[in-house]
Amino acid sequence: MVHDTIAAISTAVGEGGIAIIRISGPDAVEGTARIFRSKINLKDAESHTVHYGHIVDPATGERVEEVLVTLMRGPRSFTAEDVVEINAHGGVIAVKKVLDVVLQLEGFRTAEPGEFTKRAFLNGRIDLMQAEAVIDLIRSKSDRAFSVARKQAEGALSKKIKELRQTVIELLAHIEVNIDYPEHDVEEMTSAYIREQCGSAIVEIDRLLKTANEGKILREGIVTAIVGRPNVGKSSLMNVLTQENKAIVTDIPGTTRDVIEQFVSLNGIPLRLLDTAGIRETSDVVERIGVERSRNALEDADLILFVLNYNEPLQAEDRELLAQLKDRPVIIVINKTDLPHQLEIEVVEESMPAAPIVRMSVVAEEGLDGLERAISEMFFEGQLEASDLTYVSNVRHISLLKRARQSLSDAIEASNMGIPIDVIQIDARAAWESLGEILGDEAGDSLIDQIFSQFCLGK
Amino acid sequence: MGYLAGQYDVIVIGAGHAGCEAALAAARMGCETLLLTINLDMVAFMPCNPSIGGPAKGHVVREIDALGGEMGRNIDKTFIQMRMLNTGKGPAVHALRAQADKFDYQHVLKKTIEETPNLTLRQGMAEELIVEDGKCVGIITKTGAEYRSRTTVVTTGTYLRGKIIMGELMYESGPNNQQPSVRLSASLKEHGLQLVRFKTGTPPRVHKDTIDFTKTEIQPGDDNPKFFSHETESSTNEQLPCWLTYTSETTHKIINDNLHRAPMFSGAIEGTGPRYCPSIEDKIVRFADKPKHQIFLEPEGKNTSEYYVQGLSTSMPEDVQLGILRSIPGLENVEMMRNGYAIEYDAVVPTQLWPSLETKVIDSLFTAGQINGTSGYEEAAGQGIMAGINAARKVQGKEPIVLGRSEGYIGVMIDDLVTKGTNDPYRLLTSRAEYRLLLRHDNADLRLTPIGYEIGLITEERYAKFLRKKEMVEADIERLRGIKVKPNQVNDMLTAAGTAPMTNGTDALSLLRRPEVTYAMLETVVPSTPDMTDEMKEQVEIQIKYAGYIEKQLQQVERLNKMEKKRIPDDIVYSEVHGLASEAKQKLELVRPLSLGQASRVSGVTPADLSILLVYLEHYNRVTAAKGS
Repeated sequence: MVHDTIAAISTAVGEGGIAIIRISGPDAVEGTARIFRSKINLKDAESHTVHYGHIVDPATGERVEEVLVTLMRGPRSFTAEDVVEINAHGGVIAVKKVLDVVLQLEGFRTAEPGEFTKRAFLNGRIDLMQAEAVIDLIRSKSDRAFSVARKQAEGALSKKIKELRQTVIELLAHIEVNIDYPEHDVEEMTSAYIREQCGSAIVEIDRLLKTANEGKILREGIVTAIVGRPNVGKSSLMNVLTQENKAIVTDIPGTTRDVIEQFVSLNGIPLRLLDTAGIRETSDVVERIGVERSRNALEDADLILFVLNYNEPLQAEDRELLAQLKDRPVIIVINKTDLPHQLEIEVVEESMPAAPIVRMSVVAEEGLDGLERAISEMFFEGQLEASDLTYVSNVRHISLLKRARQSLSDAIEASNMGIPIDVIQIDARAAWESLGEILGDEAGDSLIDQIFSQFCLGK
Repeated sequence: MGYLAGQYDVIVIGAGHAGCEAALAAARMGCETLLLTINLDMVAFMPCNPSIGGPAKGHVVREIDALGGEMGRNIDKTFIQMRMLNTGKGPAVHALRAQADKFDYQHVLKKTIEETPNLTLRQGMAEELIVEDGKCVGIITKTGAEYRSRTTVVTTGTYLRGKIIMGELMYESGPNNQQPSVRLSASLKEHGLQLVRFKTGTPPRVHKDTIDFTKTEIQPGDDNPKFFSHETESSTNEQLPCWLTYTSETTHKIINDNLHRAPMFSGAIEGTGPRYCPSIEDKIVRFADKPKHQIFLEPEGKNTSEYYVQGLSTSMPEDVQLGILRSIPGLENVEMMRNGYAIEYDAVVPTQLWPSLETKVIDSLFTAGQINGTSGYEEAAGQGIMAGINAARKVQGKEPIVLGRSEGYIGVMIDDLVTKGTNDPYRLLTSRAEYRLLLRHDNADLRLTPIGYEIGLITEERYAKFLRKKEMVEADIERLRGIKVKPNQVNDMLTAAGTAPMTNGTDALSLLRRPEVTYAMLETVVPSTPDMTDEMKEQVEIQIKYAGYIEKQLQQVERLNKMEKKRIPDDIVYSEVHGLASEAKQKLELVRPLSLGQASRVSGVTPADLSILLVYLEHYNRVTAAKGS
């Protein structure tokens, strides 16, 4: 129980602001050190110190978030174990991303309800008098978690996971029968069959993980960046979308300097708008910071609204952006259609053949419905029926799905290497158990049931 | 009418596969032991298939042997065929299986028992337990003999209120028309044990001279047989083949036409049968789309013409059985010597046992084997030896020996039984083990011989031999680690084996990790020391080749052990543990797990319940410590 390392977001998740991810357990320091880029190696850091750096996804090497990391070595910590707290300031999405990276670390898992407190108690940090309070905490939180899980279990997600588990368990039963009844006339287990079953399960997991992304979108909004050279109407577009005057709108190029975030709902499609300073080279230091941030924001965006001016021919900066945004999820917004036509639309179409084009007049508030349609097409294949989608929403589910996927691809790899089936079974079983954890099912006996219902065995 | 017939340390009721192991273990550990059987001619009888071993079951036999038990030695002396199964698969699931000369098997084991010091073998039917102050202190037989004891082991197999069923016919009987044990059931119940009704079955036996073997496929034994016992070094036993044939369309038609006469479907059978060895009528109904089923013809011994028809377990009426047999290719003119039958019997609900196999309600009373809801000779013997060991240790005032799930299949089986119970006769499968790669056939001695030695069932001589093997294996692994191999030494060999040639030199150990490279191949380049036996080489190869996976499982075991080591105090009152869900309270109260690890395997106990239990235990320990100081 107290052998693994647990992690959870320990502050209430709000929009923006600072959130803390708390990690506790034997691998807390070493694990975090693997994903934390900083001037110093966390492993060598002294207890009770704070360090600035970045969380990096070890799989891709990509910087996930700029963070402050606090280190408290046991027993001088809340749980009396090694504790690391990651302070992230980037709002909901960034924090979840960080947690996602943390949970991919080996030996790490999501904390159970009340588990930090429980560990604190077990390690003697909390007074005996508080024991009952701890129990109540575990009970009430688990019951709540249980009822949530129950609701999900009745839903479409659980159906999908069950189907997935069925694929894996059929494979397992097949392997087991080959092992336990070697003389029985059941079909010989082949590596081709292992690859096929694992492969189809992987495809299904990938599909679920993709809907996980859609689920995230519905919950957290499509991160949308509005880009374009100065004064094509970016802030005006944002204002129309938000119906408020949050960004400074002027005719002077470069007046919008910072990244401003806004949540809006475009007919049920949640957008998380990032307005950006005009992207262009500048010598102004203050402005350069703004430009820098815009570029970063661009990297993270799920959707880029690239605004062009209908009333002017393509400028060098426009062409540069066209080239830069080539492989990104872009919708081209041609603004100012209320003014005379000057823009070479054919050139735009040619350089970005996949990007939908929407014509608008932001000032005249025309063409918004077209934008809506384009976004909906792009993210929901035109069918946004929130109640109907199978969404894998929570970080725990996502990390378990990823773990199952990893086990399945390990099984395929082992099979390709000619590893014997009883050893491959270890990976397949791990996948099955990870999937089972999502449902909270008990593993064990149902495999035996499967073997006897799938195969005719006897003496 | 009663009289005092004797005073023993340990009494074992029943001389089947569980009883024989229990009695031998207790006697060899120095306890005066009485082994009672209804019929002295039935000692170690094989009422069903004349074979021992196979996946998981064969592992258990190796484990029994490593602990100092008899089954392995006995089958090595009496086999008429030996085959290693699963050789195309990984080392963890290689499994030895023997066909036994069932008569030799009985006679040799009976002789061993008769010659064992401290052990008295006697015919008699135990009918009543003597229980004083909740403690079993002896038994009374049908003839009025009263035997007193300090511990008692009940291994009644399928004899308890046994009932044979065949078509419309039904009569009280033990297996093979032996006398059933009718009154002991009532005595067990009276003292608080809950019983269930289970069922099993056996196929007909046929005369060898009436089989047309030309219509069947031969299944010979291995040319170089391996053995179950680590003590057996060679054998001169001659091997007999088995034969394979299949059911036909006619077979299926006969069965379907006579289903109304099948007790399985007419409701005559109330006991729950095993899912893993259904009768032929059950198979044909449940798997209707399967056009044919395998039938193995197995000799029952050297000096008999009886052949066992594996795959044809049935409780159909005798005339239908004959029809079924004669519809099978090769058996067209067969003579049936004994008919198949189903047998119902009483078993104890195994969650009423501690992991030592002592019952919770009656102190000093142990149960083992089929009475605990299992099926199979090996499962019975595995429990038998543990019950015998623990009955003897109780007499000697020592703590019981409980094998963990990571130590042996015996541990897996007993933990499953006492923690989860069973709804149908329990058969061991390798898939029941979480740590299959650790519980290998080849390393049973490494796992359990030290325990066998510690409890006094392994001789000094054998232990010294074991230690030497262990040391040599370890030394050889180190030797291979130290030897550098150059590409030009091995690249031809590697290419021939279908694996990539090396570009840089490496050590011999790393080379052996490659799936395609065997120890034998390596030896052609890097000769081993002359005193390495094949068995040691195999051990080295497996330990090196699967090191990564073995290490992974060892880590899991280490985690598990932390929970296994959290003991739950005997006097815990679950109903008073604040916060436990009521289902968990009930289940935990029933099973009364000894450790948090065992509690985690009780069905209906959630992770939240375990958390609460953990917090409670900490609380409990602090309060206890505070009182103590």
